[in-house]
Amino acid sequence: MSAVYREYKVEADDFTRAGEASADIKRTLKQLGVSSTVLRRVAVACYEVEINLVIHSDGGTLTLKVDDEGVHLKSQDVGPGIADIDQAMREGYSTADEEARSLGFGAGMGLPNMKRNADRFAIKSRLGEGTTIDMMFALA
Amino acid sequence: MKVKEILPLIEAENMTPSADAEKEILCGYTCDLLSWVMANGREGMAWVTVQTHMNVIAVAVLAEMACVILPENIDMDKDVLAKAEAEGLCVLKSPLSGYEICGRLHAAGVSDKGN
Ligand SMILES: Nc1ncnc2c1ncn2[C@@H]1O[C@H](COP(=O)(O)OP(=O)(O)OP(=O)(O)O)[C@@H](O)[C@H]1O
Ligand SMILES: [Mg+2]
Repeated sequence: MSAVYREYKVEADDFTRAGEASADIKRTLKQLGVSSTVLRRVAVACYEVEINLVIHSDGGTLTLKVDDEGVHLKSQDVGPGIADIDQAMREGYSTADEEARSLGFGAGMGLPNMKRNADRFAIKSRLGEGTTIDMMFALA
Repeated sequence: MKVKEILPLIEAENMTPSADAEKEILCGYTCDLLSWVMANGREGMAWVTVQTHMNVIAVAVLAEMACVILPENIDMDKDVLAKAEAEGLCVLKSPLSGYEICGRLHAAGVSDKGN
């Protein structure tokens, strides 16, 4: 598999463009011949992490890297950070506001969906600084 | 069953005439919470939802669904429909309730997990 590296800027509160980075990442991986099962898992996790950048963060970057090990997705934002990661990881926990909830976000399923679909999942956060999520999906 | 074949069954109108109505419906689902749908969405799914914004299309396309069905004659904005058409995704609008739509699809052999 040829090495791939791509970066996507994701703006805070830009609901209409939310999902575009995920769509492009899925297209890219499909062209590389990534199997449909892996593709599906990446798509779910990628969409969830992208939408969290839009809804919860002050903006950030999504990075796609493909190497011999697999597909690496990294989300890095500039704040506000998560106070209690264990709580945020719990199914059903959400701080989404009324507007986001009325659009169908805020089930508190995004982070659990990412963890379930990735072969490796790591989240680091610091209040006032930002959140970083690293995911890896093995090829094969 | 193809997307175009369920139109009369659920009394629906195809809001995206240029999209692919020949797509085969393999399973069905109804939910308005997007992460929930993301977790359960599948290829060939007919998804009944009252949500009408851009992310509905993003979720349906990422999951490679067959169509989105809006119950109770709910309208979708033109630009959202245009996005669906650009992606080849059918959006159907039915006067029936979500409950009735799912009931009719299920009776016609469309189950939640597919065959
Ligand atoms: N990038 C982020 N920056 C700050 N907080 C975040 C970020 N991502 C997640 N969170 C926090 O973690 C909580 C849980 O996230 P999760 O994605 O699981 O649920 P949600 O986004 O609230 O709802 P859903 O994903 O089901 O629509 C969020 O409500 C938010 O408080
Ligand atoms: Mg989320």
